[in-house]
Amino acid sequence: MWSNAIAGSTATLAAIGTAYWCYLTFGPKAYAMTPAEEGLHPTQYPWEHVKLHKTFDHQALRRGFQVYREVCAACHSLNRIPYRTLVGTVLTVDEAKELAEENEYDTDPNDEGEIEKRPGKLSDYIPAPYKNDEAARAANQGALPPDLSLMVKARHGGCNYIFSLLTGYPEEPPAGAVVQEGLNFNPYFPGTGIAMARVLYDGLVEYEDGTPATSSQMAKDVVEFLNWSAEPEADERKKMGWKVLAATLALWGISVWVKRYKWSPVKTRKLVYNPPVSGGRKFG
Amino acid sequence: MGVYSGLYNTFFRQNTTMLATVFLGAFGLQLAFDSGSTLIWNNINKGRQWQDIKAKYVQNAEEEE
Ligand code: HEC
Repeated sequence: MWSNAIAGSTATLAAIGTAYWCYLTFGPKAYAMTPAEEGLHPTQYPWEHVKLHKTFDHQALRRGFQVYREVCAACHSLNRIPYRTLVGTVLTVDEAKELAEENEYDTDPNDEGEIEKRPGKLSDYIPAPYKNDEAARAANQGALPPDLSLMVKARHGGCNYIFSLLTGYPEEPPAGAVVQEGLNFNPYFPGTGIAMARVLYDGLVEYEDGTPATSSQMAKDVVEFLNWSAEPEADERKKMGWKVLAATLALWGISVWVKRYKWSPVKTRKLVYNPPVSGGRKFG
Repeated sequence: MGVYSGLYNTFFRQNTTMLATVFLGAFGLQLAFDSGSTLIWNNINKGRQWQDIKAKYVQNAEEEE
């Protein structure tokens, strides 16, 4: 029968189509980029402050802020951080005020509509090194140094990536690597050609607490600081998380107890079946 | 009886005392829970938090003035 033939071929086609769809959906992945374009995977470092029961090391944050201010701030803004958040995190009130006053900010328009300058206050945000993105590009051969406030959250690998990037510049690009004019070779940067040159060299800053300022030490400190700037609530959030777990555990314990309490009559009752007496004879 | 009936009579027999017990109990438990967890947290993170290093910098600033 020809209707049988049509049903059979439709079913076969459907089966082949489904199999092909499954292959496309769940089959081998297609990588459009070469490994160099993906960038080298960063090394996994045992960050102490990332552990669920550890806060940031605020001494390291203080050093990291110093590195940001003395090195990175020349090119990178940190425009989500007002001075007030530094108080009680890395600076005392007096230090933060002094730092804020080093910069000038616009006042609100006065009665004549003129905007004047005033020294910074704690509520002001850390100023950007350039007036606008165009100025930043012009000063960096066309490359825009991105804002660092949320950088740890904005890149795959987070802390590990930024640390690897900062410390991963080789003395010489490997043989055969093509490095464009104006770019620097860094295997961790996707594409390997980055407009930012190596910035951290041993002894670049002088730490007030006497920690030797090796490049890796500075990179570690500034990365931890950038992690703070991306997640300033992390310390409090972790502590709160533990408290929620503890309270939930206690409530769970109580609910188990209440359930057992309510069910105890049901669980301990005994059902007795007394068979009826029939025909004058007693069974059981 | 005994301890339980004593507790019952002092705290739960009257609606007003029961309410007072509940509110004061919530207040006290919260206080104990918060200070207890802060104590443990600060102990785990000894030397890492701002409060642990603050003294160094506050004193320096005062000397300068
Ligand atoms: C001389 C200016 C300059 C200094 C100083 C500088 N950078 Fe950069 N940075 C750049 C430029 C320009 C780019 C953009 C690179 C690109 O897109 O090729 C960049 C990019 C970055 C990126 C983003 C990389 C990515 O994946 O897109 C990070 C993170 C970064 N810098 C961190 C830092 C840190 C941390 C410091 C301080 C230790 C610092 N930079 C100091 C100019 C600078």
